[in-house]
Amino acid sequence: MGTAIGGILSFLISFAVMASIYAIFTMGLNVHWGHTGLINFGVAGFFCVGAYTSALVTSPMPTGVLAQYIKQAFGFNAPFLVGVLAAGIICAALAVLIGMLTLRLSEGYLAISTIGIAETIRIFFNNERWLANGPQGLIGLPQPLHGLVPPAYYNYVYLVIVLIFLAIIYIALEKGIRSPWGRVLRAIREDEIMSGANGKNVFYFKLQSLALGAFIMGVGGALYAHFSAAIQPSAFEPLFGTFIIWAMVTLGGTGNNKGAIAGAFVVWALWSWSTFIILKIVPPAFQTRAPYIRYLLIGFLLIFILLKKPKGLISEERQVSKF
Amino acid sequence: MVELIVYGIVLGSIIAVASIGLTLIWGITGVFNCAHGDQMTVGAYVALLFVVMFSKVNIFQGTVGPFSFSWGVLIAFIPAILFSVGLAILMDRWVLKPLRKAGVHPIAGFIATIGVAWILRGMIYIFWGADFHFYAQGLRPMIFLPLGIKLRTDEIFIVFIALAASAAVYIFLQKAKMGKALRALSDNPDLARVSGIRTERMLVWAWGIAGTMVAIAGILYGIETQLRPEMGWIFLLSLFAAVILGGQGSIIGALAGGLVLGIAQQVSTAWLAPTYKPAVSFIIMILVLLFRPVGIFGKRRE
Repeated sequence: MGTAIGGILSFLISFAVMASIYAIFTMGLNVHWGHTGLINFGVAGFFCVGAYTSALVTSPMPTGVLAQYIKQAFGFNAPFLVGVLAAGIICAALAVLIGMLTLRLSEGYLAISTIGIAETIRIFFNNERWLANGPQGLIGLPQPLHGLVPPAYYNYVYLVIVLIFLAIIYIALEKGIRSPWGRVLRAIREDEIMSGANGKNVFYFKLQSLALGAFIMGVGGALYAHFSAAIQPSAFEPLFGTFIIWAMVTLGGTGNNKGAIAGAFVVWALWSWSTFIILKIVPPAFQTRAPYIRYLLIGFLLIFILLKKPKGLISEERQVSKF
Repeated sequence: MVELIVYGIVLGSIIAVASIGLTLIWGITGVFNCAHGDQMTVGAYVALLFVVMFSKVNIFQGTVGPFSFSWGVLIAFIPAILFSVGLAILMDRWVLKPLRKAGVHPIAGFIATIGVAWILRGMIYIFWGADFHFYAQGLRPMIFLPLGIKLRTDEIFIVFIALAASAAVYIFLQKAKMGKALRALSDNPDLARVSGIRTERMLVWAWGIAGTMVAIAGILYGIETQLRPEMGWIFLLSLFAAVILGGQGSIIGALAGGLVLGIAQQVSTAWLAPTYKPAVSFIIMILVLLFRPVGIFGKRRE
């Protein structure tokens, strides 16, 4: 009995870690889509680059026998925080580069271009074995404060770490969107031409928004890498890397960070818990196919929200600027 | 090299057929249909269902001429197209039409079609499982063309059907009254509406064409490679690149874009790993957009 409760508790903790990491991504996407109206369908690209950057920066260069099996371009063996920061900075820099190329395109084109860039990044990591071990990916990534508690309880420690990041990002964003800067972003979202006519450099503000959101996504990617301790390119396919995050933001409430966090927890709960429930009720012969019922579930949920509750669970708050 | 170009034409003709519907709907409604790839998968699997049923009752089993597949596959085109057309029209009525009526941004439609894509893919996984399937077992006959080109006879069939289907749609859009109205709508939806073209009724036709073409493309792709639940979703990325390259709502553009990308993808395998194929499409697309933000055949609209 005790082990059953322990099992449920450890499942809940690892669920909470993953949902919180997703919540960081949904807030990052909220900067792009919710506040500025940029359709970034390439979240997976920043996810991937953030995770790999931190993995490469924090892990040591493989030596001896290991070097024959694991190829990586570099390994600095740097502390965890350096890895996370590097992930954010590299993603922001990448976002500036992508923004220079694509931000002048109209929104539909931007959407498709970003899917394409994210896929290109994933395919690149998959093919170029010298960079980060190709399709096998990197394993045994260092985890912060690992010796603090017995390994069985490590996820508790990691949950605290992720929640600290989540809180910092949340508070910073709430400050940011209520500032005059945030007001310009919303003005661009509502009417780009009008904001331009009022003397705002629309392109430059969009670029800043893209870089800030990408920084947050990079941090999220790094946190994911050190939590799972093993990353491979297949983890960053569009479904899990991009579209589930879009479903979370749409469901939770576009343009509202509380909604974005709520959306991440609700969708991830549906996704990870429904497997258990489905596997309990379907006949054994059907077990291998049953997990795909989740595709239907998320699909129907997304359409239902768009049709019946287009503003999401928690709709955008009226922003009153304080000086 | 010549061989790669020929393979590129085969791949490109499938991309071209599939992208006609995508560009038509994009032109009229402003929605990029993310479910288009999975509609293609559905078309291919519905045909498979009939092929399997025919083999159970042992009818239409003789192989067609020099090709690898049976008469059953040819006959299965009909139910697959009908199912696909029905699906496309229902999807518009139940999902996209309410969003249009609510007057929300086309991006909401874009996201909604992602939901549709998940539902379709989930259904295919549930009914057929994740395994690969084939329309025909056994050898695939080859023919040898000059310049040392080896081509499967099936591939000649694919290119022929693709050309015939695209030509039929093109002639319909150029000559028929209905086709002209559709083109007008796709070219400038607002102007068409004030000229008395009934948008909603026309849209049913547009979805009908899209459903037909996408089912044909799905079956052709199934004949060329194999059927798997992710086939359409992965193919969709090339389709997006093709329609963007061609320009919004441009049928000729989509056909040209499809061929260009098919050839570029195959020729790139001379230097790059074949897994880079989708990336090649996108890099070409982004390069073209940088210099011509409305695509090759697109018109600037304000």
